[in-house]
Amino acid sequence: MKVGIVGVGHGKFGRRSDATVQELAFEAFKAALEDTKNLERKDIDAVIIGSSPEYHKQRSIPGVITEYIGMNDKPTWLTEAACASASAALMSAYMAIKSGLHDTVLVLGVQKMTELNTAEIQSLMGRVGDVQWESIFGTTFPGYYAMYAAKHMNVYGTTPKQMAKTAVKSHHYGAMNPYAMFQKEITIEKALASPMVADPLRVYDCCANADGAAALILTKDDLAKEFHETPVWIEGTGSASAPISVLRRPDMTSIPSAVAAAKQAYKMAGVKAGDVKVADVHDCFTIAEIIALEDVGFVKKGEGGKFEEEGQTYIGGKHPVNVDGGLKSKGHPVGATGASQTVEIVKQVRGEAGKRQVEGADIGLTHNVGGIGQYCFVNIYGR
Amino acid sequence: MPFRYFGKINYTPYTKVAEFADELHKGNLVGSKCNDCGEKSFPPRADCANCMSGDFKLVKVKPNGTLVTFTTIHSPPDGFEDIAPYTLGLVDLEEGGRLLSWFENTEPEDIKIGMKVKVIPKIFEEIEEIKLYYALEKE
Repeated sequence: MKVGIVGVGHGKFGRRSDATVQELAFEAFKAALEDTKNLERKDIDAVIIGSSPEYHKQRSIPGVITEYIGMNDKPTWLTEAACASASAALMSAYMAIKSGLHDTVLVLGVQKMTELNTAEIQSLMGRVGDVQWESIFGTTFPGYYAMYAAKHMNVYGTTPKQMAKTAVKSHHYGAMNPYAMFQKEITIEKALASPMVADPLRVYDCCANADGAAALILTKDDLAKEFHETPVWIEGTGSASAPISVLRRPDMTSIPSAVAAAKQAYKMAGVKAGDVKVADVHDCFTIAEIIALEDVGFVKKGEGGKFEEEGQTYIGGKHPVNVDGGLKSKGHPVGATGASQTVEIVKQVRGEAGKRQVEGADIGLTHNVGGIGQYCFVNIYGR
Repeated sequence: MPFRYFGKINYTPYTKVAEFADELHKGNLVGSKCNDCGEKSFPPRADCANCMSGDFKLVKVKPNGTLVTFTTIHSPPDGFEDIAPYTLGLVDLEEGGRLLSWFENTEPEDIKIGMKVKVIPKIFEEIEEIKLYYALEKE
């Protein structure tokens, strides 16, 4: 039995001072329902929420959201895998359908990050790593990726200019995405002149906290055609973990969970990296996109920076990547990001991505990393 | 010396390897050694990663290593604003294991991946309450 995606919905990402977390979820859910054919709320058997709970004032959000979107008395629960929470929800939905427990499942990735004040955010951000041995020295999220960047530069000769070029590309496509937080082009000079956050990463190397939601409706193969003309199938899925602590990471130029997850997903789908026509990878930082290109096998180890510099990740290049603007331009509402990536790839595979459409995008990939790589989910989608 | 004295800000006051703080106070850097299979770990851990035994002792670790990578934090988290910018280094210890800390008494231009560093046990002098940590210096 195959599992297909028959409805996708995306809300506006950004500083959403106009909406609560359940209101954000409603927007995405409504859009996903409208994207289906003949599917109504009563056809959905379960609601799985992907989110990182520590950002919300509202505790235990699945109950509140499921009530607000009118899905009681259907079962609901939360999956948490930091920035990969929605991909974890997607995998749970896949399992629920494959097992025969449910026919049709709603996945809602949602996050409201801006209701915390700056002090609360700063305090949370100081605890992204291992709090026993690392956070006590003032580590930060950009700091961890900066250590990856410094090592990648040292070993493979990756340059700040190559990282800046990655940011320029993200903003180029973000400017064409109405759901993106930043819809403005930037220049390489502007990126390279922006303030240092954690050396060598500058402001334009980093994604921004955001509010937002994205929704996916999944169903089994014999129902899929009833609910959408072009179901997009989950052909392969992989997930793996790695130590949160950089003290227990053998290599500081690769995310081991991503390498493992990609390998599983390719094997299950029966495709190779070279077959993938379009991809959304987890570019929480520009260096993260460069490393992702290597981890999922689009380029050889160490060649990610050069690939970006040559413009090979643009539409028309060898591997178009993050042509929706990526986390970098869309903003990164932690729990929503994995679902947002899937919305984009589903639209690409259907051929509905408009002016950002990659020609002949019959096979797509998402790569969603949680935290500093303690979680990774890779999915492959086909028509 | 409770473990809550370890770190400029401590988030984990309770741990099975709390004696680490006593040793650091005495000027020793210690890791763990499994009494069953002999597996060593730095940072120390109470539960052997290899054989799952909970029987361990803390053993002195040579405070020398090689710099794996580093970054200078310009945008610090809560509680570290007063020392920013600071340079964090990730160090492979000579006898195995890894350690993360910041540099002190070292010129920024001298900090390079692959350099030899030493780890120095320290007490925060400017903080009223005792706070222990370790710092990196160029060897």
